[in-house]
Amino acid sequence: MNLDDLADLAEQYRAIDANVEREVRVCMAASCQSSGAAPVMDALLAGLGDSKPACKVKGVGCMGLCSAGPLVSIADRDASLEESTLYRDVTADDAADIIASLDGPPVERLRCPTDQPFFARQQKIVLENAGIIDPDSFKGYVAVGGYSALIRALSEMTPADVLREVTDSGLRGRGGGGYPTGLKWSTVAKMPATQKYVICNADEGDPGAFMDRAILESDPHRVLEGMAIAAYAIGANKAYVYVRAEYPLAVERLQTAIRKAKRSGFLGNKIGDTQFSLEVEIRLGAGAFVCGEETALMASIEGLRGQPRPRPPYPAESGLWGYPTLINNVETFANITPILREGGDWFASIGTERSNGTKVFALAGTITNTGLIEVPMGTSLRDIIEVIGGGIPGGKAFKAVQTGGPSGGCIPAQHLDIAVDYDSLKTLGTMMGSGGMIVMDETSSMVDVARYFMEFCMTESCGKCIPCRAGTQQMHSILDRLAKSQATRAELALLEELCEVVQATSLCGLGQTAPNPVLSTMRYFRNEYEAKLGDA
Amino acid sequence: MPPPATQPNVRVVTLNIDGRDLSAREDETIIEVCRENQIPIPSLCYLEGLSIWGACRLCLVELAGQGRLLAACSTRVTEGMQIQTNTEKLQRYRRTIVELLFAERNHVCSVCVSNGHCELQYLAQTCGVDHVRVPYRQASYRVDSSHEMFRLDHDRCILCTRCVRVCDEIEGAHTWDVMGRGTECRVITDMAQPWGESDTCTSCGKCVQVCPTGALVRQGTSVGEMVKDQHFLPILARRRHAQ
Repeated sequence: MNLDDLADLAEQYRAIDANVEREVRVCMAASCQSSGAAPVMDALLAGLGDSKPACKVKGVGCMGLCSAGPLVSIADRDASLEESTLYRDVTADDAADIIASLDGPPVERLRCPTDQPFFARQQKIVLENAGIIDPDSFKGYVAVGGYSALIRALSEMTPADVLREVTDSGLRGRGGGGYPTGLKWSTVAKMPATQKYVICNADEGDPGAFMDRAILESDPHRVLEGMAIAAYAIGANKAYVYVRAEYPLAVERLQTAIRKAKRSGFLGNKIGDTQFSLEVEIRLGAGAFVCGEETALMASIEGLRGQPRPRPPYPAESGLWGYPTLINNVETFANITPILREGGDWFASIGTERSNGTKVFALAGTITNTGLIEVPMGTSLRDIIEVIGGGIPGGKAFKAVQTGGPSGGCIPAQHLDIAVDYDSLKTLGTMMGSGGMIVMDETSSMVDVARYFMEFCMTESCGKCIPCRAGTQQMHSILDRLAKSQATRAELALLEELCEVVQATSLCGLGQTAPNPVLSTMRYFRNEYEAKLGDA
Repeated sequence: MPPPATQPNVRVVTLNIDGRDLSAREDETIIEVCRENQIPIPSLCYLEGLSIWGACRLCLVELAGQGRLLAACSTRVTEGMQIQTNTEKLQRYRRTIVELLFAERNHVCSVCVSNGHCELQYLAQTCGVDHVRVPYRQASYRVDSSHEMFRLDHDRCILCTRCVRVCDEIEGAHTWDVMGRGTECRVITDMAQPWGESDTCTSCGKCVQVCPTGALVRQGTSVGEMVKDQHFLPILARRRHAQ
């Protein structure tokens, strides 16, 4: 198969709905479903019936503004979310009004303006199809140009060309560490081995983070396409998606996507009639946070206890069952298709000097617009929180934003103007992490925040190495006593000492970063710790 | 002179540990080179003859030009390495780690069967632990005396998994395993049933001999009587390897 054949196929799929002019898109991602999108969908389907052949009700992925769900957008065919009429907090009772409005003026009482900064200030690369295509429809993905990057790579590019394009893009791993993706790929590609593996890490476990879930629920084929391109570039023929079992909808859509892609010859044997084959399998995580750590994740896939092992050797050298393994995050793979389509230089032109492209963030906490956003790297925190996020509700004052989950830290108001990228966040004592942002207002106690994250690390520690297993427990008990105003100054000093030891000596990233929430809140809110001392 | 008929596969490197210039085969780890040259490095989970576990973090060393500390047991030597094994910072970290171990379970040496023959006790002495700054956890565990020859006391277990590895890798029975997460972890026999009811245990006693503390002991031993003999392990492992 070459690009012309694929274009023919896309045209054929587009012709199926040739008579459709208006689409009623209902967000069927997990967040909107939890606030009742399924009955809305049923009511719209039943209400519309066959009465308007030029209109079609379609389940789509995440539109971003989760706090206003269930969301329904009325759009011309192929129109973007911004060009559509968006309705918020829709219930099944509103279905009749929405259907009636298809030929006339919109239902004003449900309107959610799409020219507001939340939508207008975003730049969508990873989420370009989210909220527009039906995630369960293989044809829908191909119709918007899906799999063309894979077919182009297979028919017109050598693996070295693909590696060069990805390296040129400057893409860095979106799982948190920010390791250059091109470098990782070429390391695995260089390994002489008969067997290599590709793993997609979808074990997203940070509290308040839901980027990977939304991507998998909204556009699963994009992730598969990225994985297939990676497998071609490094010479792998077997891939795993490690998804946490707490994401049943994402798993279901991914399964559907794998089945349909395989049936149409875009996965499996001899993809696109070339010699390249790729089997993709899903493995479910059983709920351990530490299995997001790459060596623990691979142990889990191998059927062993999910525990990390010392690195080196890195997975690129010795990964799954001892074979070279490429392991990337969901969002990293989701970036590959546009990079191959538009070119690495195009991608490199977006963002900051050392952090290219866009980043998806999950806004949570006390913020007006809770949901999923995608902005170019280098966007200021103030823009993200005050403009796109709509600021703090209820007239309260902003206090801090927590990034990077239990591995990250809190950024106070005086640093809001910082341009967000991998390096700037590090200088502030936190990290990009996978992209969760928890906004806190003046009523939040920073000692409580530190205690919460320490409890998380304590209960999620696998128990293998002593500093993490016993250290997090001791740090948590001191934080607990601090929160209850029972701790002494000596205990506070001990807490700081334990932070240093656990950070320096733990085996894996979980322990090494577990003290970060404490250290960063101590750095910016030391007075709160002092005020909580029992012997003050 | 003609070159040797077969070129050696493994190269030899030189490195510097604590100011001493040493030579080593490049497939050796830092801890092996240190032990060879009588440079003391504390360790608990490492045991010659068993696979590398890298969990006790006591053998961490400083490598010049590297920000992160490296575990001597899991790091291979390379040419020109400059290693410090006993800086003030490392001493402080090791002391804290041993303190954390003491506080995690109820390690009371004066009533322990391994008193005087315990690796944890010895480490505490050599690391200069004179008191434990963190509070003892005081968790309660049951002693398993169901085995006719041996006894398991979780209160003295440090979760080094030497028993798990020796049973799996040397005896081949895989009776032992670890269950639970974080501080809830504990070693178990088979499917967490009493040791005496284990179907797989061969009563070989290897686990008892490799246990660094008084967690696994012979029945009938009293305070200070439990002396362990680990010398069988490297010999056995080498013979197995040679076959």
